[in-house]
Amino acid sequence: MIPSPFTYKRADSAGEAVDLAAEYGEDAKYLAGGHSLLPLMKLRLAAPEVIIDVGGLHDLSFVTDLGSHVAIGALTRHHDVHHSELLARELPLLAHAAGEVGDPQIRHRGTIGGSVAHADPASDLPAVLLALDATLVARGTDGSREIPIGEFFQSLFETVLEPGELLTEIRVPKPGAGSRGWSFQKFTQRAIDWAIVGVAVQGHRVALVNMAGTPIRAVGVEAALADGASLAAAAAHAAEGTSAASDIRASREYREHLARVLVSRGLTEAASRA
Amino acid sequence: MKVDLTVNGTPISADVEDRMLLVHFVRDVANLTATNIGCDTTSCGACTVLLDGESVKSCTVLAAQASGHEITTVEGLATDGVMHPVQRAFHEQHGLQCGFCTPGMVMAIVSMLKENPDPTEEQVRTGLEGNLCRCTGYHNIVKAALAAAQDITAEVPA
Repeated sequence: MIPSPFTYKRADSAGEAVDLAAEYGEDAKYLAGGHSLLPLMKLRLAAPEVIIDVGGLHDLSFVTDLGSHVAIGALTRHHDVHHSELLARELPLLAHAAGEVGDPQIRHRGTIGGSVAHADPASDLPAVLLALDATLVARGTDGSREIPIGEFFQSLFETVLEPGELLTEIRVPKPGAGSRGWSFQKFTQRAIDWAIVGVAVQGHRVALVNMAGTPIRAVGVEAALADGASLAAAAAHAAEGTSAASDIRASREYREHLARVLVSRGLTEAASRA
Repeated sequence: MKVDLTVNGTPISADVEDRMLLVHFVRDVANLTATNIGCDTTSCGACTVLLDGESVKSCTVLAAQASGHEITTVEGLATDGVMHPVQRAFHEQHGLQCGFCTPGMVMAIVSMLKENPDPTEEQVRTGLEGNLCRCTGYHNIVKAALAAAQDITAEVPA
């Protein structure tokens, strides 16, 4: 399969990337690792006229300890997130989950920022970053702005990023005492599949993979935990407020059942690590 | 557009379509046809090559993205006619049946052993999650990976 024709531009700096995007407007798409966009282009589900390759912007690949939080460059690959000693120590949920994305070859190319900007509700890291209450930094021609991740995802593959805005950094607060327990539950049929349902737990924040058009918090579970419910009782609320799809892999009812089971496992595992 | 890649140590410059995939560059421009196209959907791993020493699925990389970088295919592993330890292990452990997945399997294992020179059997199986064998001949592939790891470790001077 071959993508439809496009013009390839390689950006040598974030500034140049943003300028190129402004020049070509809505016909252009940023390409990071390319492991979400290129498969769509090969299937002709996406057909941008201009590709702006930001994959070579090494200054947007970093993991930095900033005291109260960790700053992660948007172009940090899943492989590097997974193997970061800093993240393993401070944000083990993220380091672990990055190692569950795709397979080693995919993790050698795919980036954390690309995954978040693509906004596939079946992807692992958007929900993980939702559970971690991350803040996203996006750069446009008028400078940079911060976007709380809770406001970032709009619908299937839709975010609040303006045309031409480039995700540059992800800031993740370090969990405080009492919320250090974590768990990532991913249910798949085959090793490299997207999750049929996934659950990310950090302390008492719980986020769901593939249970709606966007990654979402399990609000019923969080409210029950706040009211002092047992873990098992809280997990029973996992499907509240969700709108899971029925598709070739699973019915909506099965996904709702999986959400309750996986939240229960996740809360139990997180409690054992608290 | 003009791209400049180094494939198995040989610099290759070519004028290609912007949309050319790396696997087509390897097969049709560099004329190295060991690298197979299997699923063409980033799933099966048959097209795995090394990009700057790390395994990637070349059906999901543009030749343009790889411009300025080094590619290694299975044809580039042997030195002076002597097989790479991973190739030798596939031979000795009967790590292949039909052979279609083999170039990708070998390259995935070369990359894996670079990152983890002494993997457990479980780590090998997990490390090959991105490579499918349509003969389902996984057991001997895993044996080959483990044998190659021992072989490579033994070759490193103490």
